[in-house]
Amino acid sequence: MTATGAHSAVAPGAEEPILSVRDLCTWFELRQWGFIRVGSVRAVDGVSFDLRRGESVAFVGESGCGKSSLARTLLGLHLPSRGEVVFEGRILSALDTAGLKSYRARVGYVQQDPYGALPPFMDVARILGEPLRIHGVRGRAERDQRAREVLEEVRLSPPEEFLGKFPHMLSGGQQQRVVIARALILRPTMIIADEPVSMLDASVRVEILNLLRSIQQARNLTLAFITHDLSTVRHFAERIFVMYAGRIIEQSQVDDLLEHPQHPYSEALLAAIADPDPDNAAHERAVPAGEPPSLLHPPPGCRYHPRCPWRIEAKCDVDEPPLFEPRPGHFSACWLHDPAISDPREAAR
Amino acid sequence: MADRVLLRVEDLMLHYRSEQGIVRAVDKVSFDVRRGEALVLLGESGCGKSSLAKALMRLLPRNLHHFSGRIELNGADVMAYPEERFRSEVRWVAMSLVMQAAMNALNPVVRVGEQVAEPLRVHLGWSRARAFERAAEAFAQVGVAGDFLQRYPFELSGGMRQRVVLAMALVTEPDLVIMDEPTSALDVLTQAGIMNVLKRIKRDLGTSFILITHDVAASSEIADRVALMYAGQIVELADARQFFRDPAHPYARLLMASVPRLHQGHRPEHISGEPPSMIDPPDGCRFAERCPDRFALCVENPPPLPVGERRRVRCWLYDRETVS
Repeated sequence: MTATGAHSAVAPGAEEPILSVRDLCTWFELRQWGFIRVGSVRAVDGVSFDLRRGESVAFVGESGCGKSSLARTLLGLHLPSRGEVVFEGRILSALDTAGLKSYRARVGYVQQDPYGALPPFMDVARILGEPLRIHGVRGRAERDQRAREVLEEVRLSPPEEFLGKFPHMLSGGQQQRVVIARALILRPTMIIADEPVSMLDASVRVEILNLLRSIQQARNLTLAFITHDLSTVRHFAERIFVMYAGRIIEQSQVDDLLEHPQHPYSEALLAAIADPDPDNAAHERAVPAGEPPSLLHPPPGCRYHPRCPWRIEAKCDVDEPPLFEPRPGHFSACWLHDPAISDPREAAR
Repeated sequence: MADRVLLRVEDLMLHYRSEQGIVRAVDKVSFDVRRGEALVLLGESGCGKSSLAKALMRLLPRNLHHFSGRIELNGADVMAYPEERFRSEVRWVAMSLVMQAAMNALNPVVRVGEQVAEPLRVHLGWSRARAFERAAEAFAQVGVAGDFLQRYPFELSGGMRQRVVLAMALVTEPDLVIMDEPTSALDVLTQAGIMNVLKRIKRDLGTSFILITHDVAASSEIADRVALMYAGQIVELADARQFFRDPAHPYARLLMASVPRLHQGHRPEHISGEPPSMIDPPDGCRFAERCPDRFALCVENPPPLPVGERRRVRCWLYDRETVS
């Protein structure tokens, strides 16, 4: 077990990362009556990671953990308060308007609520043509041709049948396919999908996730997939980041995290969900007391310590834990992994 | 006593008008709920499960076209009750409903304690003080501290507000609580907390539940029995143990295979196709178009839901004569 220092866990593999995030903070200033500063909501607070080309990663956490703010910061929709995002060698916050425009062509965005994400007054041809027009594809014929290609790719075929339709004429699953098609039409190298299926029915969910996964593999895209649903991540991502109160508290290969969760919060999350089984009804589930902390005044030390059954007084509530590496390639920000501290969970197991 | 029937529903139909035609949202649905039992109504969006909940509570849409069938509660034919009697003896007294997203429908300018006490005052005519006292008890039952009675909805987290609407459903000590997607908008840990509360209430108070959900994994947390709905009809009704271990109807089997599993390698498979229109459903089995096991009979004749058997499957594959 080695402490790797605060947030410098670099993904293994010598290849240059496509996206590199260093100590990223997205804070939202709160004001009273519009001018009195009352503090900052630290939605993302010191997050670092690297993504490789062609990999699919999942960011998992509960609402308010900062995962959507992270997505929006990566898309350039929020300015980072501190830290930097480096995409294909360029620093995001240093880009000018033209640079930002070309960045947005390289990074596609799949929104959570397909109906809210599609303008109701535009037909599919126009929804898909709009990004092309903005990015300088002048010919109507070429725009329509690209729209048809991408509709085939998201398996809305024959495309002619869908080009003239308005969002309300499509089912939820079809709407989400149009959202995915729009994210793909500028031929991006990375896709950020924020809860792409949480508004859809179970059987449609799997269909959309399988589709995203196959497109990601076929195009060798980097896919950052934001979700609260741990049961899907195994099938649709290789690596996983668990977020809590604005920070990444655990990261590893998906299988390793699901089979050997290290952080007490990840343990609690996994204990709270189950595969369908009639025996589930026989017992209550262990649920940690309390609720996630205020991001306006996060607790000192480890942010999970007020709810943690294993907290060490005068340690967890004082010092912030660095990322330890309790298993090869598996990082967890918890003092229990400190070689100087004997993990009480070992005795309990 | 455990097996005594609390609610018996026979041939319940709720059809409503739309611009495209008559929507057969609930189409001859029959089932029963035993005392102290949790029955899960499982189904995907648009299968009619929320309409069924409203039909049971006689909260009928304005564009109602047809409402019929038999609803027996504690042996009494409540379908025959005039509205005034239904309101004072059944709705929110013997049977209450937690509607979908009810936690977001709390009145923002009224303290939650007042809102939880309201059914007692409206339906039972209790005094304010007495109702408030009972509301405090209901808060304790759902695991909310008493000082929350004085708070406004915006001061509570989603999980707390969901507990408040549950307290509102329990405050009149009904025999049956119907819950429409009570946990689907909540985070995993909050969801598990609410399920724990439901398990405790079921154990300690013996309340019966109808839980309406599309979430297969969540439904297994509380179900004693499962009724699977498809296109306005129940297609399988079985004990939870049977249903989750060995689903029978082809739709049930495919639905189980579409659920992503945390601890299993196999990749979830989606069900191809879409549910039929509820305006003009097919003549034969409503699932036939998507069914991998269909044969000629399925398209021609609707399979019956056998009556009175321990496990009821609306599928020709399980019909004795067809099989032999």
